[in-house]
Amino acid sequence: MSIKVTVISEIRQIAADHKKRLPPLTDDLILLDSGLDSLAIAILVARLEETLGIDPFTASDDVAYPVTLGDFIKFYEHAATPHGVDSRQAG
Amino acid sequence: MGSIRDRLGNAPAGPDRYLWGATAGICLADLLDGTTLGGRAPELAGRSVLVAVRDQFAAALALIELDGFANRLIVCTPDVPSEHLPSVLANAGVDAIVSDHGRSDKGLGVSIQVLCNGAISPSKEIPVACCGTEWVLLTSGTTGAPKMVAHSFATLTAPIGSVLAQGADVVWGTFYDIRRYGGLQILLRAVLGRGSFVLSGTGEPVGDYLVRLGAHGATHVSGTPSHWRRALMSPNARAIAPRYIRLSGEIADQGILNALRSFYPQASIGHAFASTEAGVGFEVNDGLEGFPASMVGASGDVQISVDDGSLRIRSVRRAVRYIGEEHSTLTDREGFVDTGDMVERRGDRYYFLGRRSGLINVGGLKVHPEEVEAAINRHPAVRMSMVRSKHNPITGSLVAADVVLNGEPGAGHATADFEREILQICHERLAPYKIPATIRFVPALEMAAGGKLARRASGDCDEPARVA
Repeated sequence: MSIKVTVISEIRQIAADHKKRLPPLTDDLILLDSGLDSLAIAILVARLEETLGIDPFTASDDVAYPVTLGDFIKFYEHAATPHGVDSRQAG
Repeated sequence: MGSIRDRLGNAPAGPDRYLWGATAGICLADLLDGTTLGGRAPELAGRSVLVAVRDQFAAALALIELDGFANRLIVCTPDVPSEHLPSVLANAGVDAIVSDHGRSDKGLGVSIQVLCNGAISPSKEIPVACCGTEWVLLTSGTTGAPKMVAHSFATLTAPIGSVLAQGADVVWGTFYDIRRYGGLQILLRAVLGRGSFVLSGTGEPVGDYLVRLGAHGATHVSGTPSHWRRALMSPNARAIAPRYIRLSGEIADQGILNALRSFYPQASIGHAFASTEAGVGFEVNDGLEGFPASMVGASGDVQISVDDGSLRIRSVRRAVRYIGEEHSTLTDREGFVDTGDMVERRGDRYYFLGRRSGLINVGGLKVHPEEVEAAINRHPAVRMSMVRSKHNPITGSLVAADVVLNGEPGAGHATADFEREILQICHERLAPYKIPATIRFVPALEMAAGGKLARRASGDCDEPARVA
């Protein structure tokens, strides 16, 4: 499963758990406008660490915080590359 | 020593200063001959007054007006569950309530109730302050019931130093709620200093607050590391260009310090250690996480020691006492407050590890593991559970639970079902930030001598402490 598909699937699951309605999950969606509050985004990062085995926020002390969903996905794709997780699969 | 109003009245002449809320603002000078309590402050003179106002702006006006009149001000945070109010009222001897909404407090037995909605009307007479008000702040307790921590005006304002040294153009902002120690410090700095203050609104999106801070030209902005991470994830982060950024309330890691330095290169950035009990301990302004080892044992207004890995602080900024917990003492015999924050020395610096008690700090909100364990243990298939902190780059920590089941899961009832049912119980009983983000089923839990769960000191139990 591609990183993008994993991220979007986790977002949908967390929104369902928190009974939150999501807007269309486009790349230019502002994360803070997604209906997920910072607690939900924190849970998203924790779940992605479990499913993907990476936490790009903690991997380095020099982090630019992602603003849009597209930034967020790229952030994970970039972090996954050196670890050999293939982010180029179709999805 | 005078009340906040006295000090406002004696402030040196300068440009008009303001307090701005999300929907209203006021020139501070107008507070001197106006009232937000319908002129009823004298009626509250000498009383023990609970200020339970939802809106921060209205709360700030009420607190300013009542300082010097109320014998005791109990500053209610908006998240105190109503079932705990009766014990707060009884223990603090509350005989008047100030609120901004029709509270269903009929059963609480408080006869004087004053409405405060943030509007200012002219005052017929200018009352004269009559007493030194005791300020009581609420902090989270082990069982979910709030602990009451009493400060005097002197202990609250001791960390502020010479406010007159502040520039007259300072505009403060804070992501904190002013009903918490960190936010109250900023309110006092702003009002007793020479500047203005932009308050956040209840439920106001962070992006909107950033725009308002920018519009008012905020120069000094404070918040927890989690507040700042959220701010940096907002497209409106560029709306502000502060000269000073302050972090407190959580461990400031190198990642957020670097991110802020790179995003706001013009700002000086400091992180402070403070707690409601110990007061502001110290500020670190060198841009690095942790604090210099040279601060430990140094003489000065604030003395710091590390005993058995726990940070201890002695200063005139500490709270005076607990209220309603006469058996609890704030300080040891030498006058030190044991903060319960565990630190570790590496080279010439100390680094924070987390809380000795296992207390979990989720974005500045404290979670006692015992409260979450009590909810989990209600599930009949759970033998025991241990709740711990899991490091998280967005909120600092999240709640994680290790659960031991009674025997193996039976046929047709997988652990996923137990997880769902346990989470359902938690959703019914706990605030969202207290609900475990992850549940792990384990065969057994480590017990310490005395039969208690072996809670580890680290704030991050499932990962080794990061080496700087």
